[in-house]
Amino acid sequence: MTVSVDSNGSVTAVSVDATGAAVASHAGGALLNTHSNLGLDRPKRDLGDRLFAGLTRSVAFFALLCLLGIIVALIYSSWPAITGLGIKFLISTEWNPPMERFGAVVPMYGTVLTSLIALIIAVPVSFGIALFLTELSPKWLRRPLGTAIELLAAIPSIVYGMWGLLVFAPFFAQHVQPVLASTLGKLPVIGVLFSGPPMGIGLLTAGIILAIMIIPFIAAVMRDVFEVTPTLLKESAYGLGCTTWEVVWNVVLPYSKAGVIGGIMLGLGRALGETMAVTFVIGNTNFLNSASLFMPGNSITSALANEFAEAAPGLHTAALMELGLILFVITLIVLVISKAFLARLARHEGAKS
Amino acid sequence: MQLLTRRKLINRAALTLSMGAMVFGLFWLAWILWTVLQLGVTGLSLNLFTQMTPPPNSEGGGLANAIVGSLMMVAGATFVGTPIGVLAGIYLAEYGRSTLLGNVTRYVNDLLLSAPSIVIGLFVYAMVVAHTGRFSGWAGIVALALIVVPVVVRTTENMLQLVPNSLREAAYALGAPKRTVIMIVTLRAAKAGVVTGVLLAVARIAGETAPLLFTALSNQFWSTDLSGPTANLPVTIFRFAMSPFTEWQTLAWAGVLIITAGVLALNIIARVFFRQNNA
Repeated sequence: MTVSVDSNGSVTAVSVDATGAAVASHAGGALLNTHSNLGLDRPKRDLGDRLFAGLTRSVAFFALLCLLGIIVALIYSSWPAITGLGIKFLISTEWNPPMERFGAVVPMYGTVLTSLIALIIAVPVSFGIALFLTELSPKWLRRPLGTAIELLAAIPSIVYGMWGLLVFAPFFAQHVQPVLASTLGKLPVIGVLFSGPPMGIGLLTAGIILAIMIIPFIAAVMRDVFEVTPTLLKESAYGLGCTTWEVVWNVVLPYSKAGVIGGIMLGLGRALGETMAVTFVIGNTNFLNSASLFMPGNSITSALANEFAEAAPGLHTAALMELGLILFVITLIVLVISKAFLARLARHEGAKS
Repeated sequence: MQLLTRRKLINRAALTLSMGAMVFGLFWLAWILWTVLQLGVTGLSLNLFTQMTPPPNSEGGGLANAIVGSLMMVAGATFVGTPIGVLAGIYLAEYGRSTLLGNVTRYVNDLLLSAPSIVIGLFVYAMVVAHTGRFSGWAGIVALALIVVPVVVRTTENMLQLVPNSLREAAYALGAPKRTVIMIVTLRAAKAGVVTGVLLAVARIAGETAPLLFTALSNQFWSTDLSGPTANLPVTIFRFAMSPFTEWQTLAWAGVLIITAGVLALNIIARVFFRQNNA
C-alpha cells in the first residue's frame, strides 16, 4: 500500500478527536468520582483487557484452524481414493466414472500446461507494463493506467469465462488459429503443438485467457519492487551514460530479482487455481491423444466444477476430492516459494536502507 | 559511434515494446468491457428484476430469484466474515506483531488469501453439505465468508500498522486500557482503510462462482429459505451461458453486466472513499 505518507495527516487529525474524547471522559470520571480509588479500578480493567485480548487471539487462531481444517477435510474425504487407487491415480490417464477407473494425469497435465502458457505470455507483458508504469509513463497518467490494469484483476472470472467462450473463442478459431497453424505449425519440432482443427476452445485458449487474468497480479508486484530500487543506484547508472533500458535491465532488474520471481510465482498460484474461466473454454474432455495445444482438454479445476455436484457418492467423489487435494498442495508449495522470494527481497531492502 | 546507435536502437525497441505491453493490457480490458456492455444491454429490462429464471427454451423470464439469492448470501458472508477478519487483524497488529502465533497466522492468512476458491468450496462441502445432507444457502455463506476473512484480516492489519505509535502512547498516558485504546483510538484512525478492505472483499465475493457450485448449488424458483439450494447470480450465469438456448444466453449476458457493473463500481467507490478519507 502506498498511503503511508499522505495517510499520516488525516490519521493524526482523527486521533486528536479520539484522544480529545478520551480526555473528556476520563476527566468526567474523575470529577464524578464514582470509583473511590484507582486500586479498585485496576483489576476490572485488566479482566476486560484480558477478555478482549483472548477474543482477538482466539479469532486469529481461527485462520490457522481453517488451513489445517482444509487439509484434514480433503485428506479425510479423499481417503477412499487414496487407499483404493493408490499410485495408479497419479499415473493413469483413464477417467471413467461408470467403470470406477480414475487417473489424474489428464487434468494435471491440463492444469500445468495452461498455467505454463499463461506464464509464457504474461511474464514479458507484465514486465513491459511495470517498466512503462515506473519509468516511461508521465506522472499524471500513472495512477489512471495503474488503476485500469488493477481493474483487470477485479473483473470476476465468470465474466472472463463467458466472454472467452462466446466472443474470444470464435474469433480465435477464425482469425488466429489458422494463422498460427500455417506459420508456427510448419516448423519442425514445435509444429505439432499448433496442428489440428481450429476449434477455438482448447488448451491454448484457456492459457491465453489465464494470461490476461494473471497479468495484473504479476505487473502489480513487479511495479512495486521496481519502485523500491534506490534512486541513487539508478542515477549512478544514468550518470555513466546508460540508456533507460540498460538501467532497467542491468540495475533495476538484478536489484529486484527476488521480488520479480516472487511475483511470477504468485501469478502461477493464481493460474493453477483459477476455475471458471478455464472451465468455460478448455473443452472438458478427458481424452488426451495429441500434443497439439489446439485440442480440448481438462484441468483439475474444470473437472471439479463440471463433475463434483453430480458425482456419485463413493469412489467418484473421493477421486475428485483427491484432485482438489493435489491442487491445494501444489498451489500451497508455489505460494510458499513465492513468499520466500518476496521475504528475501524485504530483507535485502532492509539491509540496504 | 556504431555501438552508440545500436544501444540507442535497443533502447528504442525495448521502450516501444513496453508501451505495446501496456496497450496490450488495456486492449483486453476495453474489449471485455465493451462486449459485456453491448451484449448485456440487449437483455436488460425491468423483467430482469421482477421475474424468475425461466425454464429452458422459453421466452421471457428474469433473474429476480438469482439476484435476491446473491444479495442475501453476499450480505450474510460479509456480516459473518467482517467481525472475524477485523478481530484477527487487531490481534496481528496490536498483540501479536512478533509472537509465534502472530507470525504463523500472518503467514497462513497470506496463503489463504491466494488459495484456489474452488478448494474452499470442497472444504465447505465436506464440512457442511456432506453432514447436513443437502446443498444450502448457509453453506454458500460459509464458503464466501471464508474468502472474506483473509482479505479483511490483511487490510485491517496493514491499516492498523500505519497508525503512529505516538497516538497509542498518548492514549495510554491518559490511562486508557488497551482495549479502549484499540477500539476508540487506533481502529478509528484506521477506519477508512478497514472499510475499504471490506468493500474490496464484497467486490471479490460478489462474482465468485467456484465455491458456490457445490455449496449453494442453484435454484430455479423463488426461495428465501437459506437452508435449501439457493439461486445465485454467478452459478445461474454459468448454467445459462453453457446452454445452447439463446434466451438463456441473453439473460446470462444481462447477469454478467449486472455483476461486472456492481464489482467495478465497488472497486471504484472503495478507491475514491479511501483517497478522500486519507488524503
